[in-house]
Amino acid sequence: MQKKARYIDPDKCTACGDCAKVCPVDLPNEYDEKLSTRKATYKPYAQAIPGSYLIEKKDIAPCRQACPAHLNVQAYVAMIKVGKFKESVEVILRDAPFPGTLGRVCPHRCEKSCRRLNVDDAIAIRELKRFAADQVDLRELPVPDVTPREERVAIIGSGPSGLTAAYFLALDGYKVKVFEAMPEPGGMLRYGIPEYRLPRTVLDQEIDYIKRLGVEIATNTALGKDITIDDLLDEGYKAVYLAIGAWKPYKLNIHGEDKYENVVGVVDFLKKVHLRETTKVSGKVVVIGGGHSAIDAARVALRLGADDVNIIYRRSREEMLAEKEEVDAALEEGIKIHFQVAPLRISGSNGKLEGIECIRTRLTEPDTTGRRKPIPIVGSEFFIEANLIIPAIGQEPDLTSLSPKDGIEVSKWNLVVVNPATLQTNRPGVFAGGDVITGPATVIEAVEAGKRAAYYIGEYIQGKELPTELGEGEAMGDDWLDIPEDEEKKERVHPPLLEVSKRVNTFDEVNLCIDEEAAKEEASRCLDCGVCCECYQCVEACKAEAINHFDQDQEVKIEVGSIILSPGFDEFDPSIIDTYLYGKHPNVVTSTEFERILSASGPWQGHLVRPSDEKEPKKIAWLQCVGSRDIHHCANGYCSAVCCMYAIKEAVIAKEHSKNGLETTIFFMDMRTYGKDFEKYYDKAKEEGVRFVRCRVHSVSRIPGSDDLEIAYVMEDGIRREERFDMVVLSVGLEPSKSVPELAEKFGIELDNYNFAATSSFKPVETSVPGIQVCGAFQGPKDIPYSVMEASAAACSAACQLAPVRGTRVKEVPKPEERDISGEPPRIGVFVCNCGINIGGVVRVPEVAEYAKSLPNVVYVQENLFSCSQDAQEKLRQVIEENKLNRIVVAACSPRTHEPLFQETLISAGLNKYLFEMTNIRDQDSWVHSNDPDAATEKAKDLVRMAVAKANLLEPLPESEIDIAPSGLVIGGGIAGMVAALGLAEQGYEAHIVEKKDVLGGHARKIRWTWKDEDVQQYLNDLIEKVNNNEKITVHLSSEVKDVSGFIGNFVTTIENDKGERKEIEHGVAIIATGAHSIKPDEYLYGKHPRVYRWHDIDNLIAEKSDIITKKDATAVFIQCVGSREPERPYCSKICCTHSIESAIKLKDINPDMNIFVLYRDIRTYGPREDLYHEARARGVIFVRYSLDRKPVVEANGDDKLKVTVYDPILDSEVSIDADLVNLATAIYPRDHEEIAQMFKVPLNSEKFLVEAHMKLRPVDFATEGVFLCGLVHYPKPIDESIAQAMAAASRAATVLAQKRITTSGVVAYIDENTCVGCQGCLEVCPFGAITYDEEKHVCRVIPALCKGCGGCSATCPSSSVVLRGYTPKQIFAQIDEVLAY
Amino acid sequence: MENKNPGFPSKMQGSVMVLGGGIAGMQSALDLADSGFFVYLIEKSPAIGGVMAQLDKTFPTNECAM
Repeated sequence: MQKKARYIDPDKCTACGDCAKVCPVDLPNEYDEKLSTRKATYKPYAQAIPGSYLIEKKDIAPCRQACPAHLNVQAYVAMIKVGKFKESVEVILRDAPFPGTLGRVCPHRCEKSCRRLNVDDAIAIRELKRFAADQVDLRELPVPDVTPREERVAIIGSGPSGLTAAYFLALDGYKVKVFEAMPEPGGMLRYGIPEYRLPRTVLDQEIDYIKRLGVEIATNTALGKDITIDDLLDEGYKAVYLAIGAWKPYKLNIHGEDKYENVVGVVDFLKKVHLRETTKVSGKVVVIGGGHSAIDAARVALRLGADDVNIIYRRSREEMLAEKEEVDAALEEGIKIHFQVAPLRISGSNGKLEGIECIRTRLTEPDTTGRRKPIPIVGSEFFIEANLIIPAIGQEPDLTSLSPKDGIEVSKWNLVVVNPATLQTNRPGVFAGGDVITGPATVIEAVEAGKRAAYYIGEYIQGKELPTELGEGEAMGDDWLDIPEDEEKKERVHPPLLEVSKRVNTFDEVNLCIDEEAAKEEASRCLDCGVCCECYQCVEACKAEAINHFDQDQEVKIEVGSIILSPGFDEFDPSIIDTYLYGKHPNVVTSTEFERILSASGPWQGHLVRPSDEKEPKKIAWLQCVGSRDIHHCANGYCSAVCCMYAIKEAVIAKEHSKNGLETTIFFMDMRTYGKDFEKYYDKAKEEGVRFVRCRVHSVSRIPGSDDLEIAYVMEDGIRREERFDMVVLSVGLEPSKSVPELAEKFGIELDNYNFAATSSFKPVETSVPGIQVCGAFQGPKDIPYSVMEASAAACSAACQLAPVRGTRVKEVPKPEERDISGEPPRIGVFVCNCGINIGGVVRVPEVAEYAKSLPNVVYVQENLFSCSQDAQEKLRQVIEENKLNRIVVAACSPRTHEPLFQETLISAGLNKYLFEMTNIRDQDSWVHSNDPDAATEKAKDLVRMAVAKANLLEPLPESEIDIAPSGLVIGGGIAGMVAALGLAEQGYEAHIVEKKDVLGGHARKIRWTWKDEDVQQYLNDLIEKVNNNEKITVHLSSEVKDVSGFIGNFVTTIENDKGERKEIEHGVAIIATGAHSIKPDEYLYGKHPRVYRWHDIDNLIAEKSDIITKKDATAVFIQCVGSREPERPYCSKICCTHSIESAIKLKDINPDMNIFVLYRDIRTYGPREDLYHEARARGVIFVRYSLDRKPVVEANGDDKLKVTVYDPILDSEVSIDADLVNLATAIYPRDHEEIAQMFKVPLNSEKFLVEAHMKLRPVDFATEGVFLCGLVHYPKPIDESIAQAMAAASRAATVLAQKRITTSGVVAYIDENTCVGCQGCLEVCPFGAITYDEEKHVCRVIPALCKGCGGCSATCPSSSVVLRGYTPKQIFAQIDEVLAY
Repeated sequence: MENKNPGFPSKMQGSVMVLGGGIAGMQSALDLADSGFFVYLIEKSPAIGGVMAQLDKTFPTNECAM
């Protein structure tokens, strides 16, 4: 596994966010679906776990890669963008000591690699560097602190390479002395580059900066004359860096070259000009060459008074090495450039130069090196008059200064030979770099050599082994930040130039600096290719010193016994559907984007606005099935199973958010609210005014001159309508993520036709590879509750496999010892939460916090953005310890959700967890008084005051531990019950199955096939055999539960069999799986006509191949929703659509000519079951929709015929069908479980289904601990889901059994026997059976393990003998006193 | 459960890898950890929570997804 570097140490990070504040890189925020931005240094979202920040990096930006010295271009450009010019220069100084020089003379190779070229034009990197340099006076910039070293290094030559080496060696603490032959330091920078390109003040400042680091420069000290390498080494220099450049001109090798005084090599010419030896040029000048120095010489000559300046160059303009800008400037100044002209001979008379004879050339096609060779054109000779000729065709090092005694190896090209990696010459300790090893090259290359030499000189001096060969080096990679598709084109900055008239007779700088605004604008064009630019601003900002930019990805190897794959899904990308304008119109958003818009932590803090103008929309449309049930735009034939629900929810919530009455419309094909309480939500949404329009919308169009959108649609009546909306939400489907095939291959698991993980109905979380489980949307589109069920099921499967090694790899987390606070006066800490803007947006939290400080015994107060975040917990722990707090008050949200979290933190800080008081200033304050901030703030103060009053009276409460019986009782011997029992048994726990009937199997005994056509009876027989053969399972047939006592870990259940024999079973957990039945309706002639069937009757006809279905012209009618989705049972029975369609297909298999009608209200073949619906329609099954107010009518037509009449909304008329049979999909309802529910104290909903602890997150748990549920008693569901839920129940139950003992709460009632009169009032009110009566002493007593702390007893007791610990009368009255006192 | 993969011990391990830290992965990890197994929860993004952390309220109870 590759563990990605975070670059911020989570252990040190306090999540203060200071790092993100200084980060200059803005990126689209994925958490907000890119509707907002975040920094490269970030935390994904406020409550993210881990709670620490991290830094996102990609590969090094191409500009930095392209720079020979790898200057950190992205960073110094980013610094300019945010106006940090000094910091920009500091970034440059990390890599080179010449910001101003390079900002003027660098040929900026970086710009050629700039990815902005893919959008418009490269960033003007050099101009930006120069701008930054010009904003900072280097004289005022402090030099870094350096730890000095003793070793000395000699550098010969003070050009860019020598000075760079000196600079970096000095930064490393070495004593550096630079020896320079010329009178002033700078080498070619000073003597080669004319002043109008590089003002000497710039160079001088930079050299001064280097000197301030302690670098000594000895000028007029020439190698070979004043010093030798031997001398230097003898004098004790540990190393020498030879950087003497290339100053010896190449010969033209033409006649007359050496005959005339006025033929001057370019280096000599420029040097003399700088030394003021040449101050004037007159007459005609010819410069030969096409490089920088040729242009320089020509422009200098012009400035010194030349009348006519000509450049001759053998090749064309394209081949010129000089920069385009330089050539342009030269031409502007009136210099003539003669392209494709070669010199032939220089002539004159009487030693006086007259001119140069030239010949025109033609160019060959590019050769292997890409260069075009000039070939003289015979007969094209011509003559140019000249008073001065300056050959500028290149230089080579002048190595006469090296003596043979120095023993330095020189190549045949007259260059010093070095190790290409380390720049060390053949002589140990002597290094060389810059032009002396390469021939004339650029400043930046010389800088690179100097920097590298400094590094290896350091290594050499420190006695490290140097590489002998040039390694390949690590590839720098090209994984950069994607360029946004809609990146706006912006013109590159054009720096101003000095007017030509002011240029030609002065040496004033020609290229002028861009202004600040232009610079920032230009810098903001940067695409942030590398994401983090490594400006290190965060390093300085981080007080915790948590940032480490050198952190690296790690390869991690882990050993595991089992694997669960839950990689989730991708959202369908609707931009491929052209007609929906997604990505083209800002007000067409995806449903996830809309979630973010609604969210308080979203881009607009929960204010419902549309993206285009951030105004509140008045009319929003939702389009369903975008990327689902669609094989035209994509290959997603399946239903995504969640979109109907989230769309309704979004519409309802959006209406709540809107101040001005939002109109919401959902365009749908079938409304698939198939789950528990889903249909009721749908009904409620309709009541609340959400409009539902049945049709698939073809297209969304722009309305010219407006940000609104128009939807054209056709309803069942065939009439086309057009409607205007402010905003359109696309309910996008779920897809397997793009990386799934690769993942599947890695693990060797099979995928289904849609690339979801393939599983069977009977093993819903097991892949094709044993030991690898799946769960969640990776297995198929599904909602949160079912994902959570599967997750627990997968855990069950893994735990069963690994039962023998349970506990071998885990350690108990040691709890710190509890601090004894007895005798301490209360020291209260109050923490007031903003909950993002949930509280802080209404309540003035700082005011509340300030107020809290004034309350008695409050010694510490703090305000938090999110008190529940991980970093806030850590802070709380620290604060408790540092301030010796012994009572904690948190004013935030609901204790129901968050109290345990804070109590854990108290425990970790060594405090008894009951020394905690939480007050809800959100749900009961900011949310309900959102329109009155003043009152809400006052109420928050009241609540805090009350909490503090109680906190003052809090006492530590003891908890006790009770052993858990390692066994489970499963009630119900159907598939769910048996699977749950096996789940427990295979994990190593005893299980009892109590089944009312005399056989196992339950409802499944009647089912022949699953929707995937798997054989249910075979599975069932195998399952029963497995159960019967499992030693740990005891099956109690023909038995019923008669009594339940005890509590989690220690239940005692009495069962009775059909013979009246009673048995007591001790068990730690219970799983209720009593199943459900289908109704026998009293409509549609059910029970009155032999051809009206129900559910599995039709399966029997199919299995028997009955004559009724095989005869020619046989007609079957399926009626859906019989008894479901009606006022009496306002829920969908979930499995009927799939079953009827499956039966229809089977009928078609047997009798393809059969007429089959399915009369339905909405077809709810959710998830991949949609394939069946698709197939049925393709096979000619006719679907007719009916509505509840016009139900079909079934009439007898003799004993073997029926007449079914139904209104068809598409035909807009009644249709009459002569049917041979009618099959009713009757509602599923639970039965015979109410007593059991009562005994286990678990609730039923209004439809009598058992109610789980939490619909989404605890789908198989009950609020009553130790009791779980699965199967149809929870809600109708297909076999695969029942099995998954049963395994989930076993998994959840095992989490209890694995604890071995449980801890009882400290919040329990206590009865004072001295005052108790034994009236037993408390005993009667206790719903948990937690109070007993002592017949002898005539007093009541509490069994703490059963007490749930409800306080009913305390309120009932007439003698005030019952006290609920943690809620004593004193504590409660103190709160009441406080609230009444004001 | 013998693992034939070279480089890995063939001994059964009391640990489980859960790949993906969304609501499903987190629930699997919690159950297993609570049942006495060491869990490696692997998540490619910098935080666990998955898509559910992006949701505003949840259906059908309108509770805060966070």
